[in-house]
Amino acid sequence: MGTVHHSPASQSRLASIWHRYLFSTDHKVIGMQYLFTGMAMAIIGGFFAYVFRMQLAFPGKEVLGYGLVNANNYNMLITNHGAIMIFWVAMPVLIAAFGNYLIPLMAGCDDMVFPRINRLSYQIFLLSVLVLIASFFVAGGGFGGAWTSYPPLSANPAYNLTPNGASLWLLAVALEFVAFLLGGINFITTLMNSRAPGMRMYDIPIVLWMIVIASVLFMGSVGPLIAGAVMLLFDQTLAIGFFDPSKGGDPVLWQHLFWFFGHPEVYVVLLPAMGITAEIITVFSRKKLFAYKTVLFTTIAVGVLSFFVWAHHQFISGIDPRMANIFTITTVIISVPITEMMFVYIATLYGGSIQFTTPMLFALAFLAEFLIGGVTGIFLGASSADIYFHDTYFVLAHFHYTFVPIAIIAVFAGLYYWFPKMFGRMMNDKLGHVHFWGTIIPFNCIFIPLFYLGAAGDHRRIYNYENFPDLMRGHMQDLRIVATISLLVMLAFQGVFLYNFFSSMFRGKKAGKNPWQANTLEWVAESPPPHGNFPTLPVVYRPPYEYSVPGRSSDFWPQNEKA
Amino acid sequence: MSSDVASSHYIKIWGILLGLLLVSICGPMLEIKWITLLTAFGIAVIKALLVAKHFMHLSIERRFVTYMLLAMLLLIFMFFFGIAVDIMMPRGHNWEKIHLDVPASISPHH
Amino acid sequence: MGHGQPIATTRCASGVATGKLAVWWVLGSEIVIFGGLLACYILYRLFHDQWSVEAAHTNTLCGAINTFVLLTSSLFIVLAHKAAEEGAHLKAVKFIYLTIAGAGCFLVIKAYEWSGEITHGFTITKSLFWSFYYTAAGLHALHVIGGAVIMAIIAQDVKKKRHMHRVELIGLYWHFVDIVWIFLFPLLYIAK
Repeated sequence: MGTVHHSPASQSRLASIWHRYLFSTDHKVIGMQYLFTGMAMAIIGGFFAYVFRMQLAFPGKEVLGYGLVNANNYNMLITNHGAIMIFWVAMPVLIAAFGNYLIPLMAGCDDMVFPRINRLSYQIFLLSVLVLIASFFVAGGGFGGAWTSYPPLSANPAYNLTPNGASLWLLAVALEFVAFLLGGINFITTLMNSRAPGMRMYDIPIVLWMIVIASVLFMGSVGPLIAGAVMLLFDQTLAIGFFDPSKGGDPVLWQHLFWFFGHPEVYVVLLPAMGITAEIITVFSRKKLFAYKTVLFTTIAVGVLSFFVWAHHQFISGIDPRMANIFTITTVIISVPITEMMFVYIATLYGGSIQFTTPMLFALAFLAEFLIGGVTGIFLGASSADIYFHDTYFVLAHFHYTFVPIAIIAVFAGLYYWFPKMFGRMMNDKLGHVHFWGTIIPFNCIFIPLFYLGAAGDHRRIYNYENFPDLMRGHMQDLRIVATISLLVMLAFQGVFLYNFFSSMFRGKKAGKNPWQANTLEWVAESPPPHGNFPTLPVVYRPPYEYSVPGRSSDFWPQNEKA
Repeated sequence: MSSDVASSHYIKIWGILLGLLLVSICGPMLEIKWITLLTAFGIAVIKALLVAKHFMHLSIERRFVTYMLLAMLLLIFMFFFGIAVDIMMPRGHNWEKIHLDVPASISPHH
Repeated sequence: MGHGQPIATTRCASGVATGKLAVWWVLGSEIVIFGGLLACYILYRLFHDQWSVEAAHTNTLCGAINTFVLLTSSLFIVLAHKAAEEGAHLKAVKFIYLTIAGAGCFLVIKAYEWSGEITHGFTITKSLFWSFYYTAAGLHALHVIGGAVIMAIIAQDVKKKRHMHRVELIGLYWHFVDIVWIFLFPLLYIAK
């Protein structure tokens, strides 16, 4: 890489930056790599959402920054918006970035157990990003067969019209799975084996439990989809027909393979978000987490149940109605443990001395907004109601009321909370409040109209409603415009976050080791922690949530403090 | 961990595995379907258990490892039976249509 | 990077050494990958009676010899593990090389078998049975190749008496590859 134009000094400096930030085996650097890649992908995914929402609100008009949106462009945009936000934003940020950053720090060890496999995991992930982005520019354009990639639409180039994009997209997803399998094995092994001396099962902070249980869920559910991806790739490239009825295959099989992974996947991203919230609400209500063991066992119950509900995505795909009955029941059952978790969190807040810092606001908003997502899910979990709702915007609004709180709101909560640890400086709280309200209010203004539209029968797979006069009646188009304008407002307010994030990184107030006065081990290390994390590896003496213990002068009691 | 086990033990297990292999090859020669299935898959399970127990030393490994592997297997079985109803009957004839007598007053055809 | 192994790797709170624990989780994830594929195959097979006509063309003799080869290579790698634990590193290397020879033998037989089938027109696109046949056996063969490469790398370390515990780890993986074949053999070759 070095050229003769560089002086030796600058060359070695370049080499050291190269080594330090691109080929590091340090879990914190790898976590940051995942975080920044995820943020970059979120910008692409957000841009796609902006383009197709503009098309829906103002059909046939040129979109600023993109141009005219034709039907194929629209399919490519919605497909990749979905895929990017789930596979390249929610997964890398919630599991990989927070998991990598927090597990060794909070478990009190110096690194992941396999630092080089960790680095490999990120490199494969980066490769998957590059393959995905390349797929947008090949002949025929990016894949346009929806992020669920149902055959025959996804398998037959004559239907999806994106022969190259489809296969590249599938390859990118498969690479991404490999990256997270490697990462997941690292997470699980690290927490199982490398906890600080004295840290027993019930001394592990909830967020670590949840990230690791999520990794186990991922590992247990992704296998059939990897096999399915190979089969679909052969269908696309060799026209074999694993999923083609005319050749003896079955398209419903793909849907089963996909959702057997796809539903646990919801919990794979939900659990880390729940865990982040648990850390934040205990710290900012200065109270012990209510019923630690209940939370833990409820999490495990959610994990187990999440494998029994997948077919509720397929109620209108022609599955056996008797199975639909069973899956309706299991789907309704899974809302019980989640509700229980909500109640436990509210009980934690009850009677606490609550501080409305920015992370706390985001954590509370996560609980409130996710609640709406959960409640509307009950309509869709019942197969009879789902038959009406399934192809309407109601499903879309429900989905976003679960995933935006998970992948956006909870991530912001986590970022504001751990920013001082990551960069050694505080983020600006005033700007944080502006960003908070500028995110939450438009978010609700986007999706509440969509609930209403969905209930009114607005079909969700249409790119130009002018062709469907029945769906242009009354205020339906006005509601679409409200949603689009709210999206613009919400996207604009993310500029506040980006400004706050990058300016605080260099000019923020120095944070010190423990700015929030929290108990868990990451706050024992320097901010930001050096390579190796701790000067001497900590020993744990107590559970992680001992706040406001009676008879102590300070209201927190770090896990590593002897008495 | 296993150094106290003599090499002859492993060779003995290997011998048993080869014997089982022979049985599973000869099974179909009887041309009785259920015996073929039994010798093919019953013996495959026995062989797999022998390899897991003696070669992979699962018998002296921590219990949770076995449970984890079993849990993964269980997931696959659950997946199998969850989708079997659909994949075995892909023509959509999954239920019987009940004949319904529609009163003439509400029938659209009258 | 100029620094050694992190302390994290040497800790062992679960009672299973770190490397071994990770291998068990790898195998757990492999179970669901192969399990998913085979579940699809079995369901289709049960549904399509006519597949037995196609299955009659698979070469049972080749399958049986390959089962024998893999079972024997499993024996070699477990003996290599035993030798490594006793500190007899050269003996361990010898057994690892024998295992790699087994993998090579398996692949040569597979290549002979497949080329015969392909020249007779039984290609991956002929019918769904053959698609599954090549996909499942191909995925397994990739694991055989991967295992052989890793064993060759480990053998270089063991020669110098380094990382002796890795013999056991690759052994676990190799036995798993063996077990997958134990199930593929009746599924593809015997149940006709």
